Amino acid sequence: MRSALVIGGGANGLACAFRLAKGGARVTLIEAADEIGGGARTMEFAPGFRTSGLAHLVHGLDARAAKEMGLEDHGFTASAPLSTTLPGDTPITVSPRGEVTGTDSAAWDALHARLSRHAGRLAPFRTMRPPRLKGRQDWRKLAPTAFGLSRAGREDLRDLMRLALTNIADVAEDELTDPRLQGLLAFDATLGAWAGPRSPGTLLLYLNRLAMGDVRLPAGGMGALATAMARATEAAGVTIRTGTRAERLIVEEGRAVGALLSSGEEVRAATIVSALCPQATLLQLAGAPALDTGIVRRARNMPFRGAAAKIHLAIEGDPGLGDLTHRIVLAPSVDHVERAFNPVKYGEVPAEPVLEITCPSAHDPSLAPEGRHVLSIIAQFAPHAPKDPAAAASAFKEAVWRVLEAAAPGLRSRTLHEELLMPSDIEARYGLKGGSWHHGDFAVERMLFLRPFEEAAGYAAPLPGLWLASAGSHPGGGVTGTAGWNAAEQVLRAA
Amino acid sequence: MKDLHDTARPWERPLLRSPFHPRMEALNRHSSWAPWSGWLSALDYGDTEMEVSAIRNTATLYDLSPMVKYRVAGPGAEAMLDRLTLRNVAKLKPGRVQYTGWCDDDGKLLDDGTLFRLGPEEFRLCCQERHLPWLLDSAIGFDVAVEEVTEEIAALSLQGPCSASVLRAAGFDIEALKPFQHDTQGGILISRTGFTGDLGYELWTGADAALPLWDRLMEAGAPWHLRPVGSTALDIARIEAGFIVAGTDFIPAEQALREDRVLSPLELGLGWMIDWEKGHFTGRRALAAEREGNTSRWALVGLEVEGNVAAEGAIVYRGKRREVGTVTSAIWSPTTKQSLALALVEAKHAASPDLWVEIYAMRELRYAKLMQRARPAPRPFFSPARRRATPPGAV
Repeated sequence: MRSALVIGGGANGLACAFRLAKGGARVTLIEAADEIGGGARTMEFAPGFRTSGLAHLVHGLDARAAKEMGLEDHGFTASAPLSTTLPGDTPITVSPRGEVTGTDSAAWDALHARLSRHAGRLAPFRTMRPPRLKGRQDWRKLAPTAFGLSRAGREDLRDLMRLALTNIADVAEDELTDPRLQGLLAFDATLGAWAGPRSPGTLLLYLNRLAMGDVRLPAGGMGALATAMARATEAAGVTIRTGTRAERLIVEEGRAVGALLSSGEEVRAATIVSALCPQATLLQLAGAPALDTGIVRRARNMPFRGAAAKIHLAIEGDPGLGDLTHRIVLAPSVDHVERAFNPVKYGEVPAEPVLEITCPSAHDPSLAPEGRHVLSIIAQFAPHAPKDPAAAASAFKEAVWRVLEAAAPGLRSRTLHEELLMPSDIEARYGLKGGSWHHGDFAVERMLFLRPFEEAAGYAAPLPGLWLASAGSHPGGGVTGTAGWNAAEQVLRAA
Repeated sequence: MKDLHDTARPWERPLLRSPFHPRMEALNRHSSWAPWSGWLSALDYGDTEMEVSAIRNTATLYDLSPMVKYRVAGPGAEAMLDRLTLRNVAKLKPGRVQYTGWCDDDGKLLDDGTLFRLGPEEFRLCCQERHLPWLLDSAIGFDVAVEEVTEEIAALSLQGPCSASVLRAAGFDIEALKPFQHDTQGGILISRTGFTGDLGYELWTGADAALPLWDRLMEAGAPWHLRPVGSTALDIARIEAGFIVAGTDFIPAEQALREDRVLSPLELGLGWMIDWEKGHFTGRRALAAEREGNTSRWALVGLEVEGNVAAEGAIVYRGKRREVGTVTSAIWSPTTKQSLALALVEAKHAASPDLWVEIYAMRELRYAKLMQRARPAPRPFFSPARRRATPPGAV
């Protein structure tokens, strides 16, 4: 049985370790933090108040991983798919199946059906090795997907080609009339991206989001998902060691053969898989001298521009935001989203950020003391490298409060504790460079065979013995485990 | 007329003048100049035939100052250069010079050049093309500083059978200096290196000390009729010596526009440089795959061509019919009295006894089309014993 060392205990590392173990490898997984989960951890941010510390929704969890790991058997449960509420004088509700209330529902239905159809045809790409730009193709997997696209019919295919590189604002404004629905499209397409709704390629980001399916709130926070994955992984025979940091890789005769741990211990394995950021893996763990100069260039040139801030609020009583079991999006129009993005280009703070609010305690009351609630908010856009970080954080917090107070007057006075994580705080706490949740910008020019860059796109790192399995690889970010699972499939095929 | 030296548009500026320019200009009877990496360089001083003859029979001076030069220094310099270049830099002792090459990730040659080890942690890399971005990126992860020093250092190549005698007369002690060694005397670094395949030296000094060095050598060399030579004569000598030139005999990988025009050191006959045991260097994996898979597509070969016409730019045929390659450099060699060529030939035909070159010889406004037999021949074509003799003989 061959041995494998997986570095990094987030969803991708866990999914990868599990799949490798099922494939017959003797697997050790090491995680630097004392707790498993990476970006999927549940934190107590104030006494008695717990919440998902970073990602807060189950979205796009890899179906292969969920099924084979038996996550429910290991104690993981999530809410039903969430509806989305767009507050206003007459709130609009978008159901998980895409049905909306209000006057624009027919147009929304048509657009949602059309984009979902495109997303469904692209979805198979997520669970395969990206096609190669040149050289041997994996036609066994690629052919049916390509065939599926070609069967789409001329009209549909033309529509997809026309839309593929366009921006979400054009589509929203062409097809919808309600500013809040337009705003929702603009918000969802740019969530987690370094892009405004008028940036090219944002429609494709929206299709990717649709391909990832519905969103749910996890009982016990995202940490519960990681815990269940870890249990399944250990049950599959993987040795998990937390509090164990890989200082650098051991490279012998041009091959990665192990890792030197913070304890001074050396762990050797036939295969090394890193679920850490590709750049850190290559430049810090492997080290530039072990690589070709061109690869060093590529790795250094990866963009890391996280623009999402995370906010946690401990609330006395009802927050006053309507139905707390919904996802609430405060992005009243396309222009609101675009204006929230503009200043970030110059390292500045927007006057009116756009927000995604969830209330984890509405689904799992154990996350907050009785009669109190936790709000978990993703606020965009926050500069990742402002000139004066303290001033930027303070200005951003006040801007978020202006938006929240307008939506729920008096909320601030009922807030017992608050925590703001700017992108730089997220970098410090989670080791995500530039506060980029996806281990590198997620954009059209960094997708498929361009993620993280061409020479490393097939999960095999440009260093024999080393594989890349983080969100920095195809198909990118989110707590999904897909990149890890895909990488494991490639490792097993190569073995 | 506006002063072009002051223009904000660099491409309009006159070419840079070498530190030796005042002396060169005074002797350049035809004002025969050509650009070399942004500098003005002498093509000839009025009589190429005499200049070639001097390289092989007396002593010559050639201005090397436009050669691109980098200083690589720091505790990590040796390791950085080992990762950059093909040869084993750990084996290069201070006081010695390596002729070496370096590749991109795909194992295609970026350039060749000479690497001087000036001290345990200090090197100078001399080459034809500019590589600062590549060198800086290759320095990432090493404790080393890289800077271009082309303008700071003036250099003269003193070549020919009488070159040692000229140096002795000029007061230098070169008796113990072997090929590819260097020594510093009175602020002047003397290396026993050159591009002629003959006895010869290169002298390196600060740009401000250039003219006194020129005068000192010309004065001491007068009894041997020491004369300056230009690039045309040097090119003839270097082909006789079998040396290749970037941009002429190979396209540097960073400059090739067509992706199949790049060449590996294995294809260029530089496989001997590669130290497979020294550890990782850029391009190693690609080169190892090329070696193991025997996938080299081309071979740079030396050819001796029948007849007395230079086969410049000729197509190489096998069996007079099948195109198998291209001549990259060719001359009528006054020293060997042969038509000599360097050619890139498809690897599988490189050793064929049935190679031919098609020459279009212009003879008084009419082309004569010649199909001449070309025999693969070892390089150098011309290699006199004096090239290596230490101490060099007194002539």
